Parts: sequence; C-alpha cells; structure tokens
Amino acid sequence: MIKSILIFNNHGKPRLIRFYQYFAEEMQQQIIRETFHLVSKRDDNVCNFLEGGSLIGGSDYKLIYRHYATLYFVFCVDSSESELGILDLIQVFVETLDKCFENVCELDLIFHMDKVHYILQEVVMGGMVLETNMNEIVAQVELQNRMEKSEGGLSAAPARAVSAVKNMNLPEIPRNINIGDINIKVPSLSPF
Amino acid sequence: MPAPIRLRELIRTIRTARTQAEEREMIQKECAAIRSSFREEDNTYRCRNVAKLLYMHMLGYPAHFGQLECLKLIASQKFTDKRIGYLGAMLLLDERQDVHLLMTNCIKNDLNHSTQYVQGLALCTLGCMGSSEMCRDLAGEVEKLLKTSNSYLRKKAALCAVHVIRKVPELMEMFLPATKNLLSEKNHGVLHTSVVLLTEMCERSPDMLAHFRKLVPQLVRILKNLIMSGYSPEHDVSGISDPFLQVRILRLLRILGKSDDDSSEAMNDILAQVATNTETSKNVGNAILYETVLTIMDIKSESGLRVLAINILGRFLLNNDKNIRYVALTSLLKTVQTDHNAVQRHRSTIVDCLKDLDVSIKRRAMELSFALVNGNNIRGMMKELLYFLDSCDPEFKADCASGVFLAAEKYAPSKRWHIDTIMRVLTTAGSYVRDDSVPNLIQLITNSVEMHAYTVQRLYKALLDDISQQPLVQVASWCIGEYGDLLVSGQCEEEEPIQVTEDEVLDVLEGLLVSNLSTPVTRGYSLTAIMKLSTRFSGVNRIKKVVSIYGSSIDVELQQRAVEYNALFKKYDHMRPALLERMPIMEKSASNGPTEIAQTNGETELSVVESKHPLPITQPANQANDLLDLLGGNDVVPVIQTTMPTKPASAGGELLDLLGDLSLSGGPAPAPSVPSSQPSFLLDGLSSQPLFNDIAAAAIPPMTAYNKNGLKIDFTFERANPNPNIAVITIHASNSTEADMTDFVFQAAVPKTFQLQLLSPSSNVVPALNQGTVTQVIRVLNPQKQQLRMRIKLTYTLKGSPVQDLAEVNNFPPQSWQ
Repeated sequence: MIKSILIFNNHGKPRLIRFYQYFAEEMQQQIIRETFHLVSKRDDNVCNFLEGGSLIGGSDYKLIYRHYATLYFVFCVDSSESELGILDLIQVFVETLDKCFENVCELDLIFHMDKVHYILQEVVMGGMVLETNMNEIVAQVELQNRMEKSEGGLSAAPARAVSAVKNMNLPEIPRNINIGDINIKVPSLSPF
Repeated sequence: MPAPIRLRELIRTIRTARTQAEEREMIQKECAAIRSSFREEDNTYRCRNVAKLLYMHMLGYPAHFGQLECLKLIASQKFTDKRIGYLGAMLLLDERQDVHLLMTNCIKNDLNHSTQYVQGLALCTLGCMGSSEMCRDLAGEVEKLLKTSNSYLRKKAALCAVHVIRKVPELMEMFLPATKNLLSEKNHGVLHTSVVLLTEMCERSPDMLAHFRKLVPQLVRILKNLIMSGYSPEHDVSGISDPFLQVRILRLLRILGKSDDDSSEAMNDILAQVATNTETSKNVGNAILYETVLTIMDIKSESGLRVLAINILGRFLLNNDKNIRYVALTSLLKTVQTDHNAVQRHRSTIVDCLKDLDVSIKRRAMELSFALVNGNNIRGMMKELLYFLDSCDPEFKADCASGVFLAAEKYAPSKRWHIDTIMRVLTTAGSYVRDDSVPNLIQLITNSVEMHAYTVQRLYKALLDDISQQPLVQVASWCIGEYGDLLVSGQCEEEEPIQVTEDEVLDVLEGLLVSNLSTPVTRGYSLTAIMKLSTRFSGVNRIKKVVSIYGSSIDVELQQRAVEYNALFKKYDHMRPALLERMPIMEKSASNGPTEIAQTNGETELSVVESKHPLPITQPANQANDLLDLLGGNDVVPVIQTTMPTKPASAGGELLDLLGDLSLSGGPAPAPSVPSSQPSFLLDGLSSQPLFNDIAAAAIPPMTAYNKNGLKIDFTFERANPNPNIAVITIHASNSTEADMTDFVFQAAVPKTFQLQLLSPSSNVVPALNQGTVTQVIRVLNPQKQQLRMRIKLTYTLKGSPVQDLAEVNNFPPQSWQ
C-alpha cells in the first residue's frame, strides 16, 4: 500500500501532498519537513530508496523518491509494493503530467494543484495502484475536464464565451510558462 | 460583496509574499473573506472558495471550516462542484469527524448516477476514506458495480472493494461471486485491480486462499500471453508488455503457491520462462526479474530454479545501477536463512559492497555479511568487517561492533584470536559499543584462564595510548585490578613481556581517576582496581593514601567506595585478602546472567547492608532492624521474615537469589490458608512431624531451644540432601497455657558467617493446652562449619496482652553444624 505521495521543491515547499492514511494537520506538515530533510541530503548517484524516518511509521515503510530538476516526487510505501515497480510508477505519473500539461514545469503544478490531484486520482486510489496505462489516464482526465468546462469550470464564470475568454488571461499564459529556470525537463523514456 | 478572487489570483498573490509573516497575513485575510462568503450561502462561487481553501490547507493552514461546504458541493448537481467537493472531502475529512457520515447518502445516490465519472468520483472517495459504517451501508452498491461491463467503473469498484474488505473484513464473502469472471477481462486496468483484490482476499483468509488456488492455471496463461504476445503499443513500456501487471500476477502467484506443491508445480515452467526471457537492460525488466526471484524463493520450487534465482541476484549485485544492487542485497538477506550455501558463493561480491559509497547499500551489505559468517570463513570475514568498522560512519559503528562481538563469540577459532578481536573493536570503535558488552567481555576474559597475562598486558598497553574510550578503559582497569600481579611479574607467554613496575601501574590507574575524560562509572572501576591491587602488590601505603583521599570526594558513589575501602584497611584488615581474592570463573546462565553475578560478587561484596538485597515487605525490615539494634550492631545478618502464613513461599524465594548456590527444592509446603485451630489442620501439622522426627532421629537429635511461660520451642534437624552445608531446622512451638497464643511470630538471627532463611510458618496461632503446634522451617547455610548459634525473638498475644521475649540458643548438637 502507498501511504502517502509528496511533491515538493528543492527548498521544501510542498507542491502536492496526499495522505492515504489519517494524520493530523501538524503531523502532516512535520512529515513533509522530515521527508524533505532526509531526501535533500542525498547525493545524486545513490540509490532511490530510503528507510522512512521515525515519524512516518516504523520499520515496514520505505521512501522511494525521484528527483526531477527542481522537484522531488516521494512515495512512501510499505513492503507490499515492489520498490522497482514504484520507481516505474513515478515515471509514468510524471510522463502523464507531461502529456496533460504540455511540457510540464513547476509552475503548472503550482497553479493547477487541483488538476494534478485529479490526474493522481486516476493513477492511485486509496493507496493502491489503479491504472498504469498513460494513454488511458490522459483520455479519462480529458473527458472529465471537458465536462467541467462545459459547465463553466472552477472559476464559475458565466457560460458566455466572451467573458470566458477574457477571464482566461490569454496574453499572460505563454509568458508564465517559459520562465526558464523553473522548467522541468522530463526525458522521454530513457530512465527506463 | 465583490466576487471572491480566483484560485489563480490567490496563488499569485501568495507567491509575492516575501516573508512567512506576510504570507500568513494574506492567507488570514483571504480566509476571512471565504468565511463570510460561506456564511452568505453563495452557490456560484462555493467551488472556487473551496479550491482556494484546499490550496491553503496544503501550505499548512487550518481549513476545517470548509468541511461542511464540501458536503454542500457534493450534494450539488454540477459536475464541477462534485469534483472539487469530493476532493475536499478526501483531503479535509476523515472518519474521526462525525460530519463524514452525512456524505453517505450523497455517495449512495452518486454511485447510481447516470454519468460514469460521477460514479467514479463516488467510488474514489469511498475507497479512500470510507469509514466502516459507510462501507457497511454501501458495500452492496460497490458489489453491483463490480459486475458492470464498464471497465472504467469496474476497476475502481475493485479497489473500492479492497478498501471495504480492509475496513469490514466480514464482508469479504459478499464479493466472492463477483470475482468469478474478473480474470477473463481483456482490459488491463481491470485485470490489474482484480489481481489486487484477489491478493487482498487471499492474504486475509486461508479459506479464500484455498478457493483461489484453482485460478493458478488461468493466471499462468495470462502471464504467458503477456510475455509471448509481442509488441502491443498500448501496454508497452520499453519493449515489455505491461510490466505492472506482470509484477502483480507474479506476486499473487507467490501467495498462492506458498505452501502448496501442486500450485508450485504448475508455476515452475512459467517462472523459468520469465526468468530467462526478460530483458535486463532497463529498470522494468529488472523489476519483473526481481519479483520472479522473490516468488521462486517463496514457493516450493525445485532446486534448479532456486539456484537460477540466486544467480540472478548475484548478477544484480554486479549491476551498475545502485537501485538494483540495493534490491538484490535486500532479497539475499531474506533468503540467506534458507539457502545459505548458495548465497555463500556470492560472498566476495557482498563484502565488496561494504566499500560502496551509498549508505543504504552499506547497511544492507553489513547485515548480510554478518548473516554469512560461519566457522569456515570467520577469519577472512572478520578482517573485512574490522576494516569496515574502522572506516564507516558513526551510525553504523554500534551495530557493527555488536555484530562483531556476536560473531566472534559463536565462531572464534581460538581464545587468543577472540581476545585480539575484542581488543581491536574496543580500540577502534570503543565509544560506540553497547553498555552490556563490558560485563560480557569481563566474563569472557575471566573464563579464558590461560590468557590472563596476555590480556592484561595488551590492555595495559592500550591504556597507555589512549584513555578516552570508556568501555576499553573500564575493561582494562578491571583486568589490571584482577591480574596486576601477572602484569608486574612479566609472565606473558604469548607476547614479549613488558617491564612494568608497581608504581607505573598505580600511576596509570590514578591518572584515570583524575582525568576529565573518565566518567563516574570508570572512576569507580579504577578505584576498585586500585584497592584490589593492595593484596597483589607489595607496597600498600600508596594505595591507602589514594583511598583515603577519595573518602571526601564529591561524587557520592566514589565517596562510598572509598570510605568502605578505608574501613577495610582499618578495622577489617584480616578480611581483606579473602575479600579481594581472585574472581572465580563465572557461570554463563543467560545473556543477562553474568551481569547480575558480576554486580553482586564484584562490586557489592564489601557493603553488606546495602539496599541491593530485595526486601519484599517493609514490616519485616523494621523488625529486622529491631533485631539488629537488639543484638548489638554489625555482626548479624538481618533476616527476611514472612510474618503472615498467607504469604506464599515465593517471598522467601527472593532470598534464594542471594544465597546463590543453595538449591532449595521447596521444603515442606507452607500452609496457605487462614490460620485456624481446626483439629484436622493441626493433625496435618502433627502428622508431618513424625516424618521429620524419624529422619531427624536417624541423623541429628532434636533439642529444646526455648521453654518459658508456657511456650516451648523444639528444634528438629535434617540435612538438605544436595548441599551438606545447609541445615534444615524445623521449629515446633507448643503452648501449655490455658489460652491460645495468637499473632505468634518467630524471628531468628545468626552470626555473619551464616546465612539464614525462614519459610512461612504453618499458622500464627499456637493452640492452648498443647493441642497442636506451629511449625516453621529454617534453613541455615554454614559454609565455614562454625558452631551454630542463634538468637531468637518471640512475640505473641496471650489473653489480650502482647508478650515479647528474646533468647539465645547455644545448645545445638554438634552434628547440626559439622
């Protein structure tokens, strides 16, 4: 079972946190801090497995992480999951994000936290792996997004096209995406 | 009221904050706005507000006031609302809040919604945070969805079912019929989650396990298709067809085949096929191979297959990828118990991994190396491990040191090698060894009699170099105290003997006492060592001086020792040689045994009245103290007395520990019940007497110890068979007056060279007119065969008034103590 999934950046700021087991709020933040502390110390050429810190629960749990440019993707799992399999899963998840966001970068995760959650929901459910086929996941997320858009989306702006376009802040979006130093390069398939 | 700002705006604003305080301020302002918006029951913007709330929750700010709003969103008709509402519920709610039960109805409706995505959301939420009540209510809906033909819903329903089973195990049977044709699905997502569901059911119930064993052929077929099917674009990952599914199936096969010959047989072929055909150049291939190896090791596979598996692991060890090596070491650790010889073949590779830079790999390699040590390779392995100990990080040193000690103890080829190894560990990682290793080492050294001179010499030399490592210093000072005479006389055979004078030795020990590096415990060790040398060295004056100086030390422990040693010099000089003589060889009863014995024999011998004697009841302690006062001070050992007959014999049993080698087989059973003067009870007491009398008469004549005021106390004797130094005396108290003597208590004290134990009396009422007696057993240990003397104190109540009397018993028959 996957106990939690954490994404944070090189300074420890959380970008996505998902716990599949109950922890109080302060506990959650403490776990994030401790995990960041453990993971950031690691050199780049050591193995991606860490015995979990004492907070997140004892001997059966491991931290499996991958570092992509400015982001750490950390999965805390127990012994019922294959370690190498989880590494592959992280790769699948990141590639899915890449497909959904078109060259995903940290800013995408920052501003579309809810969408990242929805994508994650299609991959992992209740701490267990649901779907690993990238295309399938992307297709389902797309369909759901379309449903949402037809209702006017999260911003609940009026359904009229003009105001919708006005509210999308079209001119600004391209500028936001290309801030060079926060770009994640997700190499296609070579880490496999 | 202006429209609440969008999520994007909020995020942008928060990101401009430069300090934590600024951020907090912004967030508080926004929270206030959101709260008032919630109060206004604004339906249009609720989803926006909840989204913002979730963002702030992720940053660590409290968001509980949004819980009810999530529920309102779930109840809405819009998909957008539901989506963010369910997400909020999963992030903010859990089964600890009663609010979550309000969701149950919504989820029920949504599970039957016309849109599959809404159904999917409901399943997802139920599967993540459904409480047992919710699961019980909704299990039926989940089961229905498990049978649907919609693969999107089916896979979610399967995982939801897993969650339900985890929360409410009794419901497992309900899902059984639905699993019947789960495996005939084509859709890989459904297959994957179905295998997860089957795995969960098999792990939870042995009946299910037996039931699902018949699925093995089907699983094998699916696996085969995956491997042989060739290129399939939708499931392909780096040239391998759906590796995730392969891994899942392999795991399920492992559980099904675990103790079952037939299933294992059916799997053998496919496992061999997977093991040989999988490409190992990419991580996916290795993941599959790894899972295959684990399965092979767990089921009852044939030996050829097992050797294949271990060879695969061996190949993993040589791989450049750290992850693979880590994983290989972990699995070798699991298999080393069962396939020891096969793993031995890879020993050199494993030992090489000790030198890896990666901390996780080093730890695994260390554990595995200790598991591989045996009688044949002990010398080589120990060399490597000691080298590792020298250079490893501090976090490893404690574990490594303990491991080295354990291995050395089990497989040491010679005593000298053992002692050398221990010395090496102490000098290199001395401050990291565990506390209990010091007594263990001392015991080891004591028992290797022929090595004493060599050991003390090496330890002395080590002390000259470095006194900072406390365990080393403690062991060294203890040895010097014991074997200082060997050191000075230069008797070492194994090594070139060094020339040491008595003064030099005392210099070193005194140096330890004054050094800042020594802990109080170490100081205690060295003071005792100096004291012991007083009998082994010729010049005593210097030692006397040192001891008297520390009589006024600030450290209480040190002061007590010094004062007692001083007393030893002054008043008890005649006892000093006996007290300070060489330690006997210690019995190793349990791993804790030596510690206790060392404590009681070594350090506390001198202080008799110390509180290390366990006093089970406080009352007798007071009485014992009274006795002490009565009998004039120091020459009697206080006796632990059991006053009430209801006290079980085990109270006396605590004395047994102190008496060491007394093998007490329990003696006559003390009367457990309330004292009564029923004739039958007394008859029992009476009837046991003749037995004693017979035996006693045969060996030692009984005697009358006390006869006054109508109370008569007779002693009868017996030798305890296993140990001739113990005399068993049974007292018989009888009462010739007209009234009963109640609250009768018998106490005794003996001189210091004896030890005494009183078992429980048969009762504490001595019936009047000689109608019966109270018996009590005394056991006396008399190792020095001195004349037995005893002082007794009697207390009882006669006709309402308490009576107390003291007497001395000197007329013991010679046979009782010779």
